[in-house]
Amino acid sequence: MSLILVVLMPFLGALLPGVLYPAGRRTCALGTLAVSVIALIGLASNLPALLNGEVVTQRIEWLPALGLNATFFLDPLGAFFATLILGIGCLIIAYGRYYLSRDDDMGEFYTYLLLFQGAMVGIVLSDNILMLLVFWELTSLSSFLLIGYWRHLPEGRQGARMALAVTGMGGLALIGGMLILGQIAGSYDLTVILENRDAIQSSDLYLPALILILLGCFTKSAQFPFHFWLPHAMAAPTPVSAYLHSATMVKAGIFLMARLWPVLSGSEAWFWLVTGAGLITVVLGAVIALFKHDLKALLAFSTVSHLGLITMLLGTGTAFGAMTAIFHILNHATFKAALFMSAGIVDHEAHTRDIRKLGGLRHLMPVTATIATLAALSMAGIPLFNGFVSKEMWLEEALHTTLFGPEWLVPAVATVGALFSAAYSFRFIFHTFFGKERHDYPSHPHDPNPGMWLPPAFLVSLVLLIGLAPFLAEPLVKGVTGAVLGSAAEVPEYHLAIWHGFKPPLYLSAVAVAGGILLLLLHRWLQKGWDVVPRPEAKTIFDGVIAGCVWVARRVTCVLHDGAFTRYAAILSVAILAAAVHAFLTGTTGPATRAMQPPSVVAIATWVMLVAATGFLVFVHRHRFAALILIGIIGLIVSVAFAFFSAPDLAMTQISVEVVTVVLMLLALNFLPKTTPVESGMLRRARDAVIACAGGIGAGALAYFLLLRDFVSAPISEYHLENSYAGGGGTNVVNVILVDFRGFDTFGEIIVLGIAAMVIYALTEALLRGPVRARLLNRVPETPLAGDRHPLMMVVLTRVIMPVLLMIGVYIFLRGHNMPGGGFIAGLVVAVAIVQQYMASGYAWATQRQRFPYHGIVGAGVLIAGLTGIGAWFTGHEFLTSSFTYIKLPLLDEFEVASAMGFDLGVFLAVLGAVLLSLESFSRMARRAYTEESEYAMDIDPSRENRTGGTD
Amino acid sequence: MELLVASGIGVLTAAGIYLVLRLRTFPVILGTALLTYAVNVFLFASGRLVVGAPPILMDDASRYTDPLPQALVLTAIVISFGMTAVVVMIALGAFLGSDDDHVDDQDGALDPVRKLERAE
Repeated sequence: MSLILVVLMPFLGALLPGVLYPAGRRTCALGTLAVSVIALIGLASNLPALLNGEVVTQRIEWLPALGLNATFFLDPLGAFFATLILGIGCLIIAYGRYYLSRDDDMGEFYTYLLLFQGAMVGIVLSDNILMLLVFWELTSLSSFLLIGYWRHLPEGRQGARMALAVTGMGGLALIGGMLILGQIAGSYDLTVILENRDAIQSSDLYLPALILILLGCFTKSAQFPFHFWLPHAMAAPTPVSAYLHSATMVKAGIFLMARLWPVLSGSEAWFWLVTGAGLITVVLGAVIALFKHDLKALLAFSTVSHLGLITMLLGTGTAFGAMTAIFHILNHATFKAALFMSAGIVDHEAHTRDIRKLGGLRHLMPVTATIATLAALSMAGIPLFNGFVSKEMWLEEALHTTLFGPEWLVPAVATVGALFSAAYSFRFIFHTFFGKERHDYPSHPHDPNPGMWLPPAFLVSLVLLIGLAPFLAEPLVKGVTGAVLGSAAEVPEYHLAIWHGFKPPLYLSAVAVAGGILLLLLHRWLQKGWDVVPRPEAKTIFDGVIAGCVWVARRVTCVLHDGAFTRYAAILSVAILAAAVHAFLTGTTGPATRAMQPPSVVAIATWVMLVAATGFLVFVHRHRFAALILIGIIGLIVSVAFAFFSAPDLAMTQISVEVVTVVLMLLALNFLPKTTPVESGMLRRARDAVIACAGGIGAGALAYFLLLRDFVSAPISEYHLENSYAGGGGTNVVNVILVDFRGFDTFGEIIVLGIAAMVIYALTEALLRGPVRARLLNRVPETPLAGDRHPLMMVVLTRVIMPVLLMIGVYIFLRGHNMPGGGFIAGLVVAVAIVQQYMASGYAWATQRQRFPYHGIVGAGVLIAGLTGIGAWFTGHEFLTSSFTYIKLPLLDEFEVASAMGFDLGVFLAVLGAVLLSLESFSRMARRAYTEESEYAMDIDPSRENRTGGTD
Repeated sequence: MELLVASGIGVLTAAGIYLVLRLRTFPVILGTALLTYAVNVFLFASGRLVVGAPPILMDDASRYTDPLPQALVLTAIVISFGMTAVVVMIALGAFLGSDDDHVDDQDGALDPVRKLERAE
C-alpha cells in the first residue's frame, strides 16, 4: 500500500466510528479495529523493500514554490515507530471496547483515537518537515480532545488544557527551530537536511535552532522542567494513557531527537542540554513515582523517568547510546502499555486506583496480577525480562559518560534512578496485588472479560520473549539504529544478551534492586517524611502563571478597549491624518501635467448646491427626517456628476441605489427616535470639527493633486477598450468589464451582497424571536398614525406604473451589454418597482402575492452566475470566459446572444433578491409592531364598501 | 472643474467625519453614507475627469474615458448599499434591544471585563 494511503487510512477511518456507533458498540469497535489493521498491513506490505535496504519514498507536489510538498518516506526508524503506533493502537482499540462503559460515547472516543493515530503515523513517515509540524500540532490537538474526553470531570478539562498549553507552546518553538533548520539546509525535506550535518553544525543559527527544537521535544516527551503536564494528563481514560502517554505520543519528542540525531547531536550544547535534562528527569520522575498513591500517577512519573532515560541515551551522542535508546523504546512500550492497561483493569474492577485502598488482589484477580507483576518486574530491571537487558546497557553507557565534572557522578545518579525505579515497581506489585486479601473495596473485583486482559497479556509475552531471547530483537534494533545513525556513525558491534559476565553494570544493577527492596521495606516511614517536606507544586505554579497572563491581558484590553467607539473613530481618523501628513512631507509631488478644465455655470451651480446641502445636513442632522431628505439630495447631485463626467452606468446605479437606501432608512426611522438630542459640549464639537476639517482638506487636496496629474504608468484601460467588442462582444465597456474581464470580481461581489442580505435576514429573525418582539408589540407610536395609510391614489398609481417599470428593467437589462445598463441597474430598478407595491399596498397584501422567497432568488442568482462561468470549461476556456454569437430571428433585426447574458442574469437576480430581502426584513419588523395589517390594498376602498353593503 | 470636484470630495469627507464622530447611531450612519459618496467619487476621479466621452464604443467617437474605475465604483455603490443596510439593521436591533441608541458603550454594558468585575 502506498505510504500516503497508510497515513490517510486512520484519518479516513475516523469517519467510521461515528457512523457505526448506532449499529452497536461491537460493530463500532470492530470497524475501528479494521481501520488500524488495514493500515498496519499496508505498512507491512512495504517491508520487503525495506529489508532490501531501500528507502520507500512518495512525493506529491503541492506548493513547490514554498517548499511545501507532501513527501513521505519509510526507513527502518519510521517503520519501527509506525509499527509501534499501529500495533499498540490495535491492542488499545480492542481493550477500549471493554474498558468504556455504556454511558461513554464510543464513536467519539474512537474518532479521536484514530485522528491521533493518523497524526502520529504522519509524524514518523513525513519527509517534509513543514508537514511533520502540521502532524505534530495535530497530535497535540487530538491529545487535548482525548485527555478531556470525560468532559464532566474538572481534572480532565484542566489536564487537557495544561497538556495543550505546554505541548502547544513547545510546538510553536519547534516550528521556529525547524524553519531555521530548513533555512540552513536550503530544503524542507528531512532527507536533504540529514545530509547537511556540517553546514548545520557550523552555522551561527545552530544553537537557536537546537534550543527551539529541544523545547518542542522536551515538552512533548515530558522532560524536566516540562514534565509536570504528563501526570495531570492521567485524567484521561486509561486506554488513552496507555496509548498516548506511555507508548506513542510522548515518544514523538524522542523520535524527533532520534530522527535529527545525525545532524544535531555530537555538539557540546546538545550533550549538555539533552543528557542533563534526561539525567535530572530520570531521578526526579523515579523519586516522585515512589510516593504517589494513585496507580496511574505512579506509572505516569515512571514514564517521565523512563523517557528521561531514553533522552539521556540520545544525548550522549555515541552510537551505543543511540542503539540502547532504540532498544529501550521498544521495551518500554511493551511493559509500560501493559502496566497501564493492568492499572485500568484494577480501576475498572475495584473502582479505585488508590494504592492505599488496594492489596491482596492476586487472590481475586489472578490473571491480571500475573500480567501486571511480570510487566512491573521488567520495569524494575529484573533479569530474564526485557527491561533488564536495556537497563544494563544504559548503566554501561552511564559508566562512560562524564557530566558536570567528576567521573563517578553520572553512574551514581543513574544508579539512584534505577534504585528508585526498582522501588516503585516493587511497590506497585506488592501494595496492589500482594498482602492480605481485603474486603473493603468500593466494588468487588474479579478478573475481567478476556477482551480486556488479552491485549496486555500479548504485550507481556513480548516482554518475556525479548527478555529471555534478546538476540531475537537484535536485527530489528540494529536495523533501526542504522537508520538513526545514518552516515554519522557505524552501528556498534554489540550483541544483545542477558549475560555479559561479571561487569560493573551488573553490580550497579544488583545495588539498584537491593536498594529498591530496602526502600520498599522502609516505605511507610519514607512516605511520612515525604508528606511533611514542602515541595513546589507544578500545577499551582502553572495556574499562577496562566492567571498572571490573563490578568495582564485583561488590563491591556480594558485600557485599550473601553467601549468608547466614538473615541476609536477619532483616534483612527487622526492616525490616518498623521500618516497622510507624513507621506505629504516626505514624498515628492511632480508638477501639474494636466490643464484645469474651465467650469461651466451649471457645474458651479451644482457645486454650490452640493456644498449647501452638505452644510445644511451637518447643521440639521438632529432632525433626522430632514437629514434624510438632504442625503437624498446629495446622492442625486453625485449621480448627476457621474452622468456629467461620462459615466452613465454609474449615474443610473447611484440614483436607483439612492432610492432604496432612503426607503431603507425611512423604515428604520420608523422605530428609531426622530431627533438626536444635544449631548456633546462646544469643546467636543470644536474638536470634532477640527478633525473633520483636517480630514476634508486632506481628502480634497489629494483629489486635487491627483486630478491635475497624468497617470504615472499607462493604465490597462486601453486593453479593455480594444478588446471589449472583439473579445467580449459588447460595446458598453463598463458592462463588459463587469461580466467578462473582471467577472470573477463581480461574482465575488454578488456573493458578498447576498451574504449581507442574509445577515440582515438572520438578524431580523433573531430579533423577532427574542425579547425585542414583546417590546415591539407593546410599542406605542410617537406620532399619531395616518388614517389612510394606503391611499387609493397611490395604490392605483403604483400598480399602473409597475408594468412600465418592469419593462424598463427588462429593457435596461437587455441593452446592458452594448448601452448603459446591465444586471446591476436592472436589478435595482425592478426592486424599486416591487418596493413601491409594499409601500403603497401594505406588507400583508404584497407578501400574499410573493411567489418566490427572496433568499431563494439571491441563491438562484449566484448559482446561475456560477454555472454560466463553469459553462466556459466545456468549451475549453477558463472560468467565466464569455462566448457570443449573432442570430437572426424572423421579423427582428439580427441580435447578439452572449453567454455573458447568463452571468448578467445571475447578477440581476442576486441584486434584486438582496435588495428586497433587506427591505422586507425591515418591514417584517414593522409588521410586528402596533399596526394591524389589513389584507386589502387600500384602507378606504369605495368598491369594497359597495360590495359589502350590497350583501348585508 | 477639477477644483470643484476635489473640493466637493473634501466637503463630503469633512461632513462625513464630523457625523461619524457623533454619539448616536443615526448620525453615524449618515456620516458613513457621506464618506461612501466621497470615496466613490474619489475612486471614480482616479480615472481623471472627462466630459462627453462615455466608454460606449461608437464608430464616430474619437476618445473614451477610463472605463475601469467606473466598473469598480459601480459594484462599490451596490455593495455599500448592502453594508449600509447591515449597519442600519444592527443599529436598529441595538436600539430595540436596549432602548438606547448611543454608539459608545454605556457604563461598560458591553464590556465583558467590566461585567465580570461588577459580578465579582
